[in-house]
Amino acid sequence: MSDWPLWEVFVRAKRGLSHTHVGSLHAPDATMALRNARDVYTRRQEGVSIWVVEASSITASSPDEKDAFFDPAADKVYRHPTFYDVPEDVEYL
Amino acid sequence: MNDTTSRPAPVSSPGRAVDTSVPTGDRLTAAYLLGVADDAMVYAQRLAEWLTNAPQIEEDMALANVSLDLLGQARGLYPHIGGLDGTGRSEDDFAMLRDERQWRNVHLVEQERADFGFEMARLLWFSAYQVELYAGATHSADTTFAAVAAKAGKEVSYHHDHARQWVVRLGDGTEESHRRMQAGLHAVQPYLAELFDDDPVSRAAAEAGAGVLPSSLHDVVVTRVTGVVGEATLELPSDSRWRSRGGRQGVHSRPMGHLLAEMQHLARSHPGATW
Repeated sequence: MSDWPLWEVFVRAKRGLSHTHVGSLHAPDATMALRNARDVYTRRQEGVSIWVVEASSITASSPDEKDAFFDPAADKVYRHPTFYDVPEDVEYL
Repeated sequence: MNDTTSRPAPVSSPGRAVDTSVPTGDRLTAAYLLGVADDAMVYAQRLAEWLTNAPQIEEDMALANVSLDLLGQARGLYPHIGGLDGTGRSEDDFAMLRDERQWRNVHLVEQERADFGFEMARLLWFSAYQVELYAGATHSADTTFAAVAAKAGKEVSYHHDHARQWVVRLGDGTEESHRRMQAGLHAVQPYLAELFDDDPVSRAAAEAGAGVLPSSLHDVVVTRVTGVVGEATLELPSDSRWRSRGGRQGVHSRPMGHLLAEMQHLARSHPGATW
């Protein structure tokens, strides 16, 4: 059974929040992966919804490409919303 | 599992080694609930043995969760039973300080851990039984039992689903998994009749409105299991000629003593120990 595929687990802590990656596990298929995720990652009421995705289905950026991918954004401060003042009476921003 | 070693000791003359009297009132409810609680407690211990022994660490967790749910059900009932029977015994008194003859669980739950197919067959049947038992118990005249049953109902539904998932996958899997899952169903068969046997205490408790009549659960439980077994391309074994009996009267099979020795060792070696 060591050839069971790896699944990535995403849990939504409560309504209104997004699903967050919490870890991974092995399972023979998607249905069992969901149940294993319930047993491994939501034992202490961590969530109200679970997604499982087979790890092989995820296309990830490579650490080797880190510089080319992310460094060009480092010196473009004008992309950050920091160049205007927030009016004092605006709440929730 | 070794059939030759797991058979129960023969019942000696009733009235001597075995207490066959039926209590009344609160003591009757207590006597009945002890069977329910002991089933949960003993099976919790057996399932806990799967920790580090299941096919995958994920299954270790799954079975440990089931075990803890069952332990919680027993804990919910033991102090209540101690109150009803007038002894004031605590949950630890019940779980750790009773000898074999004082336990009222069925033989099914005390049988030794065998292969995974056997365990899924046992869990499939026992969880189906508990689903129907607790559904009926929500109408119990004993409000504590009704409350425990209402909470436990959701837990055992999940246990049943977990067993169903595995029975279907193993039954409808490879040639070997099919053969071993079928063997598991055969191995548990002799222990099923005891779940649905109307022993004097259960019958009296049902008549008093506190308990659920075991025989009334038989057809719905069999229907539930039959559906899963069919989905798994397995066959339900015919009734076995030899059937376990005596658990509700405190007469147990050989594995029970070993189970208690392991479970109670710490509490008995260090009385009153806390951590």
